[in-house]
Amino acid sequence: MLLRAENLCKRFGGVSALEALDLEIEAGAVHSIIGPNGAGKTTLLNVLCGIYRPEEGRVRVQEKSMVGRAPHEFAAAGIGRTFQNLQIFFNMSALENVMAGRWLHERCSLAAALARLPSLARAERACRIEAEALLAFVGLEAWRDAPSDTLPYGALKRLEIARALAAKPALLLLDEPAAGLNPTETLEIDRLIQRLAASGVTIVLVEHNMKLVMGVSQHVVVLDYGRKLAEGSPDAVRRDPKVIEAYLGAGA
Amino acid sequence: MSAQLLQFLLSGLTVGAIYALVALGFAIIYNASHVINFAQGEFVMIGGMATVSFIDAGLPLPLSIPLAIGAAAVVGLLLEKLAIEPARNASVVTLIIITIGASILLRGLASLVWDKKIHAVPAFSGEAPIALGGATLLPQTVWVLGVAAVVVGLLWWFFNRTLTGSAILAVSHNRLAAQLMGVSVRRVLLVSFGLSAALGALAGILIAPITFTSWDVGVMLGLKGFAAAILGGLGSGPGAVVGGLALGMIESLGAGYLSSAYKDVFAFLIILAALVVLPNGLFGRRAAERV
Amino acid sequence: MAILVGLNAIVCVGLNLLVGFAGQVSLGHAGFFGLGAYGSAILAARYGWPPLAALAAATAATGVLAWLIGRPILRLKGHYLAMATLGFGIIVSIVVSNEDRITGGPDGMSVPPLSILGYAIVGERTWYWIVATLLLATVWVALNLIDSPRGRALRALHGSEVAAEAIGIDAARHKLSAFVISALAAAAAGALTAHYAGFITPSKASFLHSIELITMVVFGGMASTLGAVVGAAVLTTLPQFLTVFKEYEMVLLGAVMMLTMIFMPRGLVPTLERALAAARRKPL
Repeated sequence: MLLRAENLCKRFGGVSALEALDLEIEAGAVHSIIGPNGAGKTTLLNVLCGIYRPEEGRVRVQEKSMVGRAPHEFAAAGIGRTFQNLQIFFNMSALENVMAGRWLHERCSLAAALARLPSLARAERACRIEAEALLAFVGLEAWRDAPSDTLPYGALKRLEIARALAAKPALLLLDEPAAGLNPTETLEIDRLIQRLAASGVTIVLVEHNMKLVMGVSQHVVVLDYGRKLAEGSPDAVRRDPKVIEAYLGAGA
Repeated sequence: MSAQLLQFLLSGLTVGAIYALVALGFAIIYNASHVINFAQGEFVMIGGMATVSFIDAGLPLPLSIPLAIGAAAVVGLLLEKLAIEPARNASVVTLIIITIGASILLRGLASLVWDKKIHAVPAFSGEAPIALGGATLLPQTVWVLGVAAVVVGLLWWFFNRTLTGSAILAVSHNRLAAQLMGVSVRRVLLVSFGLSAALGALAGILIAPITFTSWDVGVMLGLKGFAAAILGGLGSGPGAVVGGLALGMIESLGAGYLSSAYKDVFAFLIILAALVVLPNGLFGRRAAERV
Repeated sequence: MAILVGLNAIVCVGLNLLVGFAGQVSLGHAGFFGLGAYGSAILAARYGWPPLAALAAATAATGVLAWLIGRPILRLKGHYLAMATLGFGIIVSIVVSNEDRITGGPDGMSVPPLSILGYAIVGERTWYWIVATLLLATVWVALNLIDSPRGRALRALHGSEVAAEAIGIDAARHKLSAFVISALAAAAAGALTAHYAGFITPSKASFLHSIELITMVVFGGMASTLGAVVGAAVLTTLPQFLTVFKEYEMVLLGAVMMLTMIFMPRGLVPTLERALAAARRKPL
């Protein structure tokens, strides 16, 4: 089991954002988390990558407990993340953003950095080539050297995915990658996620776009008020009366 | 309570009240613009020095004081109009440097308009000490505490019960939304700077009869006011007041029981320790970063 | 004069790594400068250490101190971090001013000249070469760091700390290393200044000096090593020109600071770079 979440509880002041949540993520599949706004989807993702510490319960990655660990340790354990509110490094170009994403796979000692050793130049070239390949994978090769604050919104969403992929994560958490995109851009993201799933990356997707979700997922979890309302295959969830009442609306 | 302790507490409260007023000035400007106005201390200086000028020109004290406060407020408005507004899209660090430049400019102007000597300001109601439980109180101290309390009350009423005050708070919470509701951010900024300048000047005038005033009295007072605002939690009004009073007391107790030379070291060490434990100050809002 | 520019530039290049690249704020770097200066001065003058050893020891000790205090205070953000560094700087300047038995108090103390293997280093020319070499070395090291993956990690931290952590960058560790490196640069420059001038006063550790240093970095252009050097050059020499105006010096200095930041908010070098790039793109 790639990731296991047991009895997660996350509270902010008096508000319970997550309550008694259990989750199992199998490697190689696309899992989606859906639910109305405020159901706790982003909070769940934040707990799964270590940005929030749960008040109760724990997260296990590859059966290793991640209790009390910092976000960068979650990343080192193989969790990658894109953000609902873009967290692009706007002070760098598109290529540099993706190159930065490779941090975990670069062995760069302080001494080598300060002295500009030749081994570093070779490593940098390899890093650049891999980053360019990732940019091509997400369809951004034309924006390679552009300052990232000049990219359109849809391109930035894809850039975040490229950056997250540069870390070669075992599990990729995508937080509303299609939010704010027009239909053409949404189609591009849809295709990108399909390509990602086909390449074997395990994905946990938080999305509101039902067509996207149902089309690409093998496993769907429905949240409501921080609790798990239902889970199963897309078809099973779509037909679940509790889900229809809370979220999809009659006749979905 | 020993007479000595009472004495220290009283002087701590007094200087703390001054820090509170200066800290409120920082808080008001920060809330409206997210800028730390490092020139705040100079408004304190202008208050004291301008009062000296008006008195030397022959005006009675009750007239000199409001005129001096008015002068400082005008300087505050000019600072906003000429320096902050043109740079409103710059980064926070750049704006800080601008206010630091302004503080240097104002100090330079002060040394030209006035001089580099220390000046005395007459106490508001005489110098006969009042005995209180074994400690002595200067009448000016009563003025400082009384006026500060009244001013804090007035500010609370202004921000919570008037439309202009609410508008200023709205800008501090969400500038765009406030603009969409018809609030003129430019006017809010102007009012904030004018108000903060007036507060600073008032603080300077209140304390001048006790500690004298000079062209560079603003540097340390500004720094302490900033420290108090941070201690209380940047942007929080009650925080600024509590932070100011706390800083005053810590300083006074430190000077009294440890060493007068190291009172500032003691105070800053306590602030550093407090920040390590409470990274957003005493009352600071822990803004949860939405990702 | 060029020597002073070079020494200030060394501090600024280091400070720029922390402020411009890692995006942290420090309003107390004169504290590190002063610790390096006084540490070396005291070891050499009062304890008879060979000046080179004193310099090395003072720099290293300051680095250790930066490491110790950096861990807790770098957890603070924004203005709170500014306050913490400010507080540190003021504490150093007050201690240095008050412990007059060891430091000579507010009047300062005299410092023996630097000597290598018994040969005293005096004379502007020798110092000029030493400082120029050290400055070039500092700039070279800084540029290497910035171009490396570690430099990218620092810039990533500045861009978005949460996203940097999400790709595995240990924010606390990198902020700390930028902090310590900049403290070492400041301390070394401080010690060198003390030995060059033959004298050191508490004003070198004061809040005003910290402000001067940060202004040099911002004025020259943050996130630009060249900018740090240019900023140091301009703001070290400018006050000398302004003394001509005697009592108007402060007014003019303040006015220059304000005007340049209002009209060139990104700093001198980035603004010029952009202007050049724009001019190149225009058809001739």
